Amino acid sequence: MTLLHLEGVTRTVQLIDAPPLTILSGVDLVVNVGDRVSIVGRSGSGKTTLLNLLGLLDSPTSGTMLFEDRAVQSLSSGARDRLRGREVGFIFQQFNLLPGRTALENVMTPLLYAEGRQFWQRARIATAMLERVDLGDRLASLPDRLSGGEQQRVAIARSLVRGPRLILADEPTGALDLETGETVMDLIDEVATESGAALVTITHDPAIAARAAQHFRLDHGVLRVASAVPA
Amino acid sequence: MKRLASNLVGSVVEAWQEVRIHKTRVMLSLIGVAVAVCAITTVVGLGAVAQQATVEQSERAGGRAASLYLSASMNDGSTPIEMPEIWRTALERYQIDYASRVVNISQTVQFTDGAVPVQTIGVDPPYGTMHRVTLDEGDWFTDDDQNRLAPAVLVNTVFWDRLGRPDLRTHPTISLLGTGTTTAVVTGVYPALSWETEPAMYMLADALTALTPVADSNFQFGPPSYELWVPVDVSGALVTALQRDVQGALGSAAFVQVNRQDYAAYQDGDPYLSLKLTVGAIAGLVLLLGALGLVNIALVTLKQRIREIGIRRSFGATAGRVFFAVMMESVVATVVAGIVGVIAAVLIVKSPFVENFISQGQVTDFPPFPVEAAVLGLVCASAVGALAGLIPALVAVRVKVIDAIRY
Repeated sequence: MTLLHLEGVTRTVQLIDAPPLTILSGVDLVVNVGDRVSIVGRSGSGKTTLLNLLGLLDSPTSGTMLFEDRAVQSLSSGARDRLRGREVGFIFQQFNLLPGRTALENVMTPLLYAEGRQFWQRARIATAMLERVDLGDRLASLPDRLSGGEQQRVAIARSLVRGPRLILADEPTGALDLETGETVMDLIDEVATESGAALVTITHDPAIAARAAQHFRLDHGVLRVASAVPA
Repeated sequence: MKRLASNLVGSVVEAWQEVRIHKTRVMLSLIGVAVAVCAITTVVGLGAVAQQATVEQSERAGGRAASLYLSASMNDGSTPIEMPEIWRTALERYQIDYASRVVNISQTVQFTDGAVPVQTIGVDPPYGTMHRVTLDEGDWFTDDDQNRLAPAVLVNTVFWDRLGRPDLRTHPTISLLGTGTTTAVVTGVYPALSWETEPAMYMLADALTALTPVADSNFQFGPPSYELWVPVDVSGALVTALQRDVQGALGSAAFVQVNRQDYAAYQDGDPYLSLKLTVGAIAGLVLLLGALGLVNIALVTLKQRIREIGIRRSFGATAGRVFFAVMMESVVATVVAGIVGVIAAVLIVKSPFVENFISQGQVTDFPPFPVEAAVLGLVCASAVGALAGLIPALVAVRVKVIDAIRY
């Protein structure tokens, strides 16, 4: 089942006293449920802009972008926000845990924007998710009391707590040492497989990119299939 | 409906989390707003006490609203002998409970250093309530005092000093001189006005006129007048009715005058409007300063929260939800501050020290803390919270999510 379908997607930004700057050009991409996709590229190649588009944080300037067969451009801002909250989970390089909140409160945060059972039973669901990433004994710990690896595991639990169908990982191991990074990636793969979610990883690290089944390279705003990624 | 309920509860949870996490910032905001609300509520509350002091001062001099004054004299200047009966009939007919004759007479009193003419006011028991007469010692006249063989007198402090400030529990007596000597008992002492240097006293009108008949040559200060304290809304009709009844009873050979003379009779509109406007303007400025402080703190700290807002947006928080949460946080904080400010204002205004300082001993009926002041304080706090939250909320909504996350 196709989750994301981008066809001829471009993204340009208007600059003051300068011609429009094209950041993404003619991007074609299909992501199916359960896919493992990696996108590599240098700084300034447009990775962040593509991440914004895939995560429904931004809209294409032209081209077609379908999320579960729905044209993203036709959705209202609120509908896009709700769709993102429901179907997309973000894992950030810097973890981006909310300071001052416990691990449990951090994982509960996405559930504050849910409805029905997910909202009213958010503490129970978040606890189960933290137990799933082996942090059942750190529920009340604040982020600054957790190691880097533990923080990223909390971030993973938080991104998956609403059961998204698309996980976007932006340099997920960039702030971790090699060994911890491997462990975290194993965990992401594992929980993504369990939930059946598609995983799109944007990274500089060829070793992380190599774990995916589909490899893309973004170069000056143009997305190409990378035939081989050296591990 | 489900979404509305979860959005509402979720926003409150978020706001509470923010308040809990950012205690220091919230406390700073709270202090500014609480002080402002306390100030606005206090000045309104103190204004009510000051107003009451002014009202009571006016009521002591001219009676409470509405006080009617009735005077009657024959065309030859004599006092109509039918007046006591006409007065009683009028009080019964119109069921007026608060009414008093007022007779001003100079009564000679024997002091140890000689006989001194003392200005004496003869009144009926309701006069004390009608004119808010306060006593330093003893009690105001009661109906039982009418039956005393030795009449009761209430003396001013000058009089009391001249007697040597005797303990009223010893029932000190004085000698009233006239056609004979009458012994009277001092039953109370009232404060002399600041300009009073001579002894003065109150007696019950019947006791006084028994000593010194109105027709007597000692009668010096004009005919007795009659005062009535009646509801304001019927005062106009009563003036007309009393004028008609008394004039009818005395006939055309008498000159009858009934009018309203209390302080409120001469005022058009709210007499304290200018005072209220001045106090309100000062309070408004105080509140404005509090609001500016709140906006300042909110904007400065918003920069630190941009990343957090971006993270929340990435998890599905809509722009409306972010706007509402930031607003709610501001309102929650200021309402709490408002409650604290109002409680502080009540404690300040109702403290005996402040009450005495503001009233300067001129208030007997301290008004309860004005509800409108408390409501005004809370409404102002909420309004300031909403207004102060509006600017940060608008800034929060305009945050670009990924930029914010990478901030």
